[in-house]
Amino acid sequence: MQAAEREIAENIIRISGVNPRKCMKCGKCSGTCPAFNDMDIHPHQFVSMVEKGKIKELMKSKSIWTCLSCFACVERCPRNVEPVKLIEAARLSVIRRQGENHLKADEIPALLDENIPQQAIVSAFRKYSK
Amino acid sequence: MIYSYYPGCTLRTKAKDLDEYARKSAEVLGINLEELPDWQCCGAVYPLAQDEIATRLSSVRALASAGSLGRDLVTLCSACHHVIKRVNNDMKTNQDIRMKVNNYLEPDKEYAGETKVIHFLELLRDVVGFDELKKKVVNPLTGRKIGAYYGCLLLRPGDEMQFDNPENPAIMEDFIRSIGATPVVYPYRNECCGGYVSITEKSLSQKKCNTIVSSAAEKGADEIITACPLCMYNLDTNSTERKLPVRYFTELLAEALGVK
Repeated sequence: MQAAEREIAENIIRISGVNPRKCMKCGKCSGTCPAFNDMDIHPHQFVSMVEKGKIKELMKSKSIWTCLSCFACVERCPRNVEPVKLIEAARLSVIRRQGENHLKADEIPALLDENIPQQAIVSAFRKYSK
Repeated sequence: MIYSYYPGCTLRTKAKDLDEYARKSAEVLGINLEELPDWQCCGAVYPLAQDEIATRLSSVRALASAGSLGRDLVTLCSACHHVIKRVNNDMKTNQDIRMKVNNYLEPDKEYAGETKVIHFLELLRDVVGFDELKKKVVNPLTGRKIGAYYGCLLLRPGDEMQFDNPENPAIMEDFIRSIGATPVVYPYRNECCGGYVSITEKSLSQKKCNTIVSSAAEKGADEIITACPLCMYNLDTNSTERKLPVRYFTELLAEALGVK
């Protein structure tokens, strides 16, 4: 049986170490996010939705796979909220479930070209699979 | 002084140039890099969740191993540097992580973040000194206009990485000057290349890389340098509109020192 939405929200706050209530909704994280145009839910909305406990929508969002972990939102947040850590925690809430990996090992060979560095494969696998 | 050196997985395979030219240059500069025995891959991304323990272990093993030799740990790949430096910070500041990692690893002496992690560029700036480096240049790269690409991982988060000013860095431009070339500052030098997303969403990385390379070219750069194998791949392969040669900073260093 799947955990209740409220329990997943509490877990996301716990494992991320983020307090979404610190957010003053200035939107700087979304303004600086290099993946903004490729996200359906943007970083500032993400913070607010975790605060409100709307976790299932976040777990279905495209944004958890397009966040680049570039830490621009961390560096530029005037309140030190660290939105990237909430996005990571939501992603982990998905891939830590049986059969929910976003990238599977047998898909990898078709995605490679001869110059792709190991670093790319290792990091994608760490981000998208458990 | 002898330093423990952590090459990382990619420097043994696709990024051999980054490694080889650093070793040759270090020899000329009197830096003794001794490769850490039995190092393991750092995992390439820093585990952001506080309950991730297993993904921190390989970094701690490297850190503790350098520490047991009484040495600082030198890194070269931006991703390795980012991961190892931040895990070290966790071991210093996060009691829960420190306890769980030490419980699992059972080291002879508990590890608590004592080892100093130094990126090769920091070694050039803070140990060799750019003025001293300049004196050792035998083949100055006069007239070459070079754009430094910092990317994300060396700079951010600034309070943990302590590498340079995260919004207006200067270390790579100072390096470029010290080898006799002209640095070209451009707006997108510390914006993301797309990183690992290029595996699953190539078009996103292409958009990022086109903006970065065009920005460097419009400001007058003829070539770009980086310290990161994934940035190198993305800037090279995923810039579809405008192309500039992308090289590792160590290749230009070796060229200037006459060991390429």
